[in-house]
Amino acid sequence: MKIEKEKINWIYKKLFTIRYFEERIKKIAKEKTVPGYLHTCIGSEAICVGVMAALEKDDWISSTYRNHGHAIAKDCNLNEITSEIYGRSSGICKGRGGSMHISDFDRGMLGSFGIVAAGPPVVLGAALQEKINKGKKMSASFFGDGAIHNGAFHEAAGLAQLWKIPMLFICENNGYAEATATDWHLNTKELSDITKAYNMKAYQGDGNDVFEVYKITKNAILESKKNEIPIFLEFKNYRFSGQYEGDTQLYQPKEELENAKKNDPIKIAKENATNYELDISEIAKIQNEALAEVNNAFTYADTQPWPKPEDALEEVYVNYPPEYN
Amino acid sequence: MTIKTVKEAINDALVQSFEEDKNVILMGEDIAGGKGREQYQGTQDAWGGPFGVTQGLFTKFGGERVRDTTIAEAGFFGAAVGAAMTGLRPIVELMYVDFAGVCFDQMMNQAAKVRYMFGGKQKVPMVVRTVVGAGFRAGSEHSQTLYSLYAHIPGLKVVAPYDAYDAKGLLLSSIQDDDPVIFMEHKRLYMTTCEVPDDLKPIPLGKGRVRKSGTDVSIIAVQRMNLFAEDAAKTLESEGISCEIIDPRTYSPLDEELIFESVKKTGKVIVIDESNPKCSLASEISSLISEKCFPYLKAGVKKITAPHTPVPFSPPMEDFYIPSSKKIIEAVRELINA
Repeated sequence: MKIEKEKINWIYKKLFTIRYFEERIKKIAKEKTVPGYLHTCIGSEAICVGVMAALEKDDWISSTYRNHGHAIAKDCNLNEITSEIYGRSSGICKGRGGSMHISDFDRGMLGSFGIVAAGPPVVLGAALQEKINKGKKMSASFFGDGAIHNGAFHEAAGLAQLWKIPMLFICENNGYAEATATDWHLNTKELSDITKAYNMKAYQGDGNDVFEVYKITKNAILESKKNEIPIFLEFKNYRFSGQYEGDTQLYQPKEELENAKKNDPIKIAKENATNYELDISEIAKIQNEALAEVNNAFTYADTQPWPKPEDALEEVYVNYPPEYN
Repeated sequence: MTIKTVKEAINDALVQSFEEDKNVILMGEDIAGGKGREQYQGTQDAWGGPFGVTQGLFTKFGGERVRDTTIAEAGFFGAAVGAAMTGLRPIVELMYVDFAGVCFDQMMNQAAKVRYMFGGKQKVPMVVRTVVGAGFRAGSEHSQTLYSLYAHIPGLKVVAPYDAYDAKGLLLSSIQDDDPVIFMEHKRLYMTTCEVPDDLKPIPLGKGRVRKSGTDVSIIAVQRMNLFAEDAAKTLESEGISCEIIDPRTYSPLDEELIFESVKKTGKVIVIDESNPKCSLASEISSLISEKCFPYLKAGVKKITAPHTPVPFSPPMEDFYIPSSKKIIEAVRELINA
């Protein structure tokens, strides 16, 4: 599979941007200078970027509370993302969402849901709409390994297969569902085996290798559209962060964490750079650009005004009942 | 002018909405029924839901728009949210409101909140049609009303029509509305009839209706309770007591003005709601009246509701559970003599 130079550069840029962004957030979380819960995605950059590189810009996705990487890879405005995390009025959701709900509908994000497995049924609906209206957009739902035990996932999977809905179920199997190891709770040998009950096509891939993720996703999109079927993708990676920032991670064995570093997606991407005709100086240039953008975004967010308290009353409804004003 | 049952009026509103807007789709369990294959044409669509409300839609509009779903409410309710956000106007059927528990996340956390928490770019023009109410000997898990469960949630609108006229007009509006609407149909009202003009226009949400004008006491009646209120009013009229009956019709938004006007006129008010008493529509409406109309009240607001129990099965117990004309008459007499 030939990948254009422009796309390769974009992939590296996004990988670095997400990593720098999350490292910065972790630091800020320690300093306790921003409000609210923070769930960082260090270790899943390759999945965020590889999938988004395979999707078109305006394709539909859903994300979860661990959404920073998806939003960045979906080309959401970095300043607005940061502003949202800071709770400022220029935030991507006007300060009403926060870190867990960063989402931009104009970029095809249906939502970043705080409820595990809320996304798959919603994405099924977007995909159903595309099917009924003979639209061209692909629909993909990101969720973690914990979501595959939830009924909402299974109900969406069953209906998607029954109705022959082209869509992707994308499972980021990062080894931990909150604080419990994935393999402790799994009834099947492989996580993606659960799709067998639905006769659903499933593929597994190395979630630490951005180009493998990209290629598997690209092929899955073609197959899903051509055969009008949903496809389940399981990408294995490792969650370097805790469930949330401030989590002591005592439940993650130290040697496991150390081992996982050997497969750090950023490290692997750097090692593979020469395969994609990127030299060290080009990588350094991309890294510098990414870092500068992240720095700018945090400086920007820091200087943004808070929302007016009464802005809390806006946009609950489209057709606003007068009694609520 | 045609006489219609509530069931026919709802079916008419669905057919009209399907014809007027190609983005309207319907999803639900058994909404067609049958085997889903062409060689079984006769059996297809024979059911149309347990009350036959959606009968004929599958045959008329086809399986692409009329989707008989698996028994997977979280799945197809979530799908309705995604479909609504991206351009369709889905109507989903929750066979009994008592099943709300299995798909409440999709209503409370997704349909109701996506617009607000994602910055106002999305809208979710979906309608949940659901069946409520006791009096069918259907037991504790098929008989509740649960109006206030939905009315409590910002982002949702709640509609509960009493007669066929309102059912049609309000369903047309609900389908055209850009916000998620919970449309509650009372199973004991499906076969009741009234005149419904063929060219009935959509009735705006948030507008109540004075079902009977009166001067001595205001009765605010929720959905089926209008039946008992009208019955009670006739008896009381013969005793020289003039009752005004207000049917709010929609509960979020609520036509507070209409209620307050009536209370200011009569100074005496009874709120009657088939629901359990705690945190019910009756408590909400009576608290609003106490807060906003206190100087006009000649006596404390009275509430008539079901007791704080699940809906019992056995006929004598279920009949005891449901508010009655008799209870209204007694309450009005007490108020008048107060």
